[in-house]
Amino acid sequence: MTKRFGVVLVSHVEELAYGAYKLVKESATETPLTYAGGTDDGAIGSSFDKIMQAVEENEADYLYAFYDLGSAKMTLEMVSEMSEKSVEIVDCAFIEGAYTASVLINGGNDKQAIDDQLAPLKIK
Amino acid sequence: MTLTAKQTRAWLLNFSNKIHDNKQYLSDLDQAIGDGDHGSNMSRGVTAVEAAITDESLEKASDVMKKAAMAMVSKVGGASGPLYGSAFLEMAKVIDNEAIARVIAAGLDGIKKRGKAEVEDKTMVDMWAPVVDALQDGRLSVEAIEEAKAQTKPLKAKKGRASYLNERSIGHLDPGAVSSSYLFIALLEEVEVND
Repeated sequence: MTKRFGVVLVSHVEELAYGAYKLVKESATETPLTYAGGTDDGAIGSSFDKIMQAVEENEADYLYAFYDLGSAKMTLEMVSEMSEKSVEIVDCAFIEGAYTASVLINGGNDKQAIDDQLAPLKIK
Repeated sequence: MTLTAKQTRAWLLNFSNKIHDNKQYLSDLDQAIGDGDHGSNMSRGVTAVEAAITDESLEKASDVMKKAAMAMVSKVGGASGPLYGSAFLEMAKVIDNEAIARVIAAGLDGIKKRGKAEVEDKTMVDMWAPVVDALQDGRLSVEAIEEAKAQTKPLKAKKGRASYLNERSIGHLDPGAVSSSYLFIALLEEVEVND
């Protein structure tokens, strides 16, 4: 059964994306969680293909996406426009936002509750 | 006058050559106010563009432009990927039916929408906007392009990585405006645009 909400983490750096994933996963074991970091060849930047893969491979149909810097956001936007899934790009502090959303999804909260708790974390 | 697939291909290949020739220069400009990868990112992007558009079965200008857009989006790896990609995608929507001024204007809209940038934010918008104006008046020239490029120097960056530098971004050319200047010089070299 596909789960309703999931989280996608996008960073300019592969290790940063994976590190955030590890941190979040520890407290949100059941939340569909995928990540994309760095360019196709592992350098610093963002990869359309990697982000698309993180979106497509996530078990959920409605995804909250968190990013570190602006160009990751722009690539995320292009992915969200071309993917069938609903991708909500959240302008929150990267770690705090991803952690909050993931834990709330893990606890079975509805969209309103998730959005309410993300609102004060918006910084960009 | 609308562009053919052949003209569009020649234009983009010329642009590609200019990017390769100025790869180090673009990265040096970016080192001053950004993360120093604009030249290598753009070079990787246009290499992918070259491979994507050589296919002779692409019959329409829009087919060529769409291929170029996806190559930029997929391969650049920095902010210029989605920005050039969005510009080229918007251009592809109108290039078969509209004159070049309208095509570049569509690209400019794509960049503004994606980057949320406006004129004088010290971005590639500061190259595209004056070029659209010049094309509309039938007076696009290398001098006009160079002038627009020079105008980015005194600006304070309000978007992108350079904006974190605040006042210290003043006095440097915007790397995205410079790479865009090659696109328009290539256009002038390949297409009679001021008819």
